[in-house]
Amino acid sequence: MGNEAAHKAIIWKVFGILSVITLVEVVLGIVKPDFLFRTQFLGTSLLNQLFLILTLVKAYYIVWYFMHLGDENKSFKYSIVLPLVILIPYLATLLMIEGDYVFDAVAAYTNWKY
Amino acid sequence: MGANIAETSEGKTWDGGSAKPMGASYGKMMMWFFIVSDALTFSGFLAAYGLTRFKFIDVWPIADEVFTHFPFLHGVHAPMYYVALMTFILIFSSVTMVLAVDAGHHMNKKKVTFYMFLTIIGGIIFVGSQAWEWKNFIQGSYGAVQLKDGKIVQFVKDGHQIALSDFVVADHIEEQHTRNNGLWFEKGETIPTYTVQEVLTGFKAHPSIQLRIEKINPETKQKIVVSREEGLKFLSRAARVVEGANLEVNEYGSSQFADFFFFITGFHGFHVFSGIVLNVIVFFNVLIGTYEKRGHYEMVEKVGLYWHFVDLVWVFVFTFFYLI
Repeated sequence: MGNEAAHKAIIWKVFGILSVITLVEVVLGIVKPDFLFRTQFLGTSLLNQLFLILTLVKAYYIVWYFMHLGDENKSFKYSIVLPLVILIPYLATLLMIEGDYVFDAVAAYTNWKY
Repeated sequence: MGANIAETSEGKTWDGGSAKPMGASYGKMMMWFFIVSDALTFSGFLAAYGLTRFKFIDVWPIADEVFTHFPFLHGVHAPMYYVALMTFILIFSSVTMVLAVDAGHHMNKKKVTFYMFLTIIGGIIFVGSQAWEWKNFIQGSYGAVQLKDGKIVQFVKDGHQIALSDFVVADHIEEQHTRNNGLWFEKGETIPTYTVQEVLTGFKAHPSIQLRIEKINPETKQKIVVSREEGLKFLSRAARVVEGANLEVNEYGSSQFADFFFFITGFHGFHVFSGIVLNVIVFFNVLIGTYEKRGHYEMVEKVGLYWHFVDLVWVFVFTFFYLI
């Protein structure tokens, strides 16, 4: 069946993409290029933002192609994706803001001179 | 369109109605909904980790100074390499899982067996690796000193961290009590190799050694190394020597660091373990022909979904614990 080869080809292609992205992440994590590492953006370094974006890309590929969510009905896809896409960024945003505030409020009271 | 998804023989409806809700079979939908709930659980844990890290953003340990071991390369400073290898292994086991699912759609029992076997092996290697990482983390590499107010101080020479054993001499005898020694036995804490007094003596005897505190310099993003004078002031407030890690104290920094590490990677590792168990059960069912008789390999698909979820969580844990 022609379809069989096409399906396997997609699987190996996605594996290739995931491997390349992981390799890029690891190399960046070890090298930590100065420009990305030292520049701050939205509370953390550009390097960290890049890691986050690459990780989300990996997550998309795994869910869409490996878990075959891309082949399901539209309503089913939405029933999985929408709750996660709404709730997780919401929780994460609130907690990151709170953590940042607590640091600003409390860290100044740590004594580093004896 | 249904070519990528197994056609089940359980009937078009879930015992009533005229069409499958949202076009999915019962088992598959329930597995997906469980995955959504588990994903939210892990997000809660990771968000809590993020909050704690932001709270301690100026003193949080640096990952590639902590995770530096590689199997069979004793003493080699290999930051992040092993954890990267673990990620590849898990991704590869995900690929073999998807190939097993694909083979199941074509009712190819031999291929399903082969690919599921590879997936299980990949999973076992991953859990073994994680256990090994835990062992290294708990055992510790360098050793540190905890001050009376809970801060951790480490030792550096020529810009690199050095181990306590490099400059401290243990010349006391203190036996760790075992059950054989006494009538009334309570285990008590593990006794560290050195005492604070010995560390102080060693520090004073080697003028080239300096103290490194937890606080990170926001410009260089490195831990601050203090002068000899200041170092002695810090050490005057030393409480105990810390080697390795447990839930109460660790040699890398804040106790929250070790606590979150154990909790989140432990939770994930447990999910991997349960995934392996489920895979083994399904593997045996494939072998004895249960799904051939049933007419479809949808069970392989369902257990595949769980396995991919486990891989997905690892991708996020890897990013947040080791990269960021």
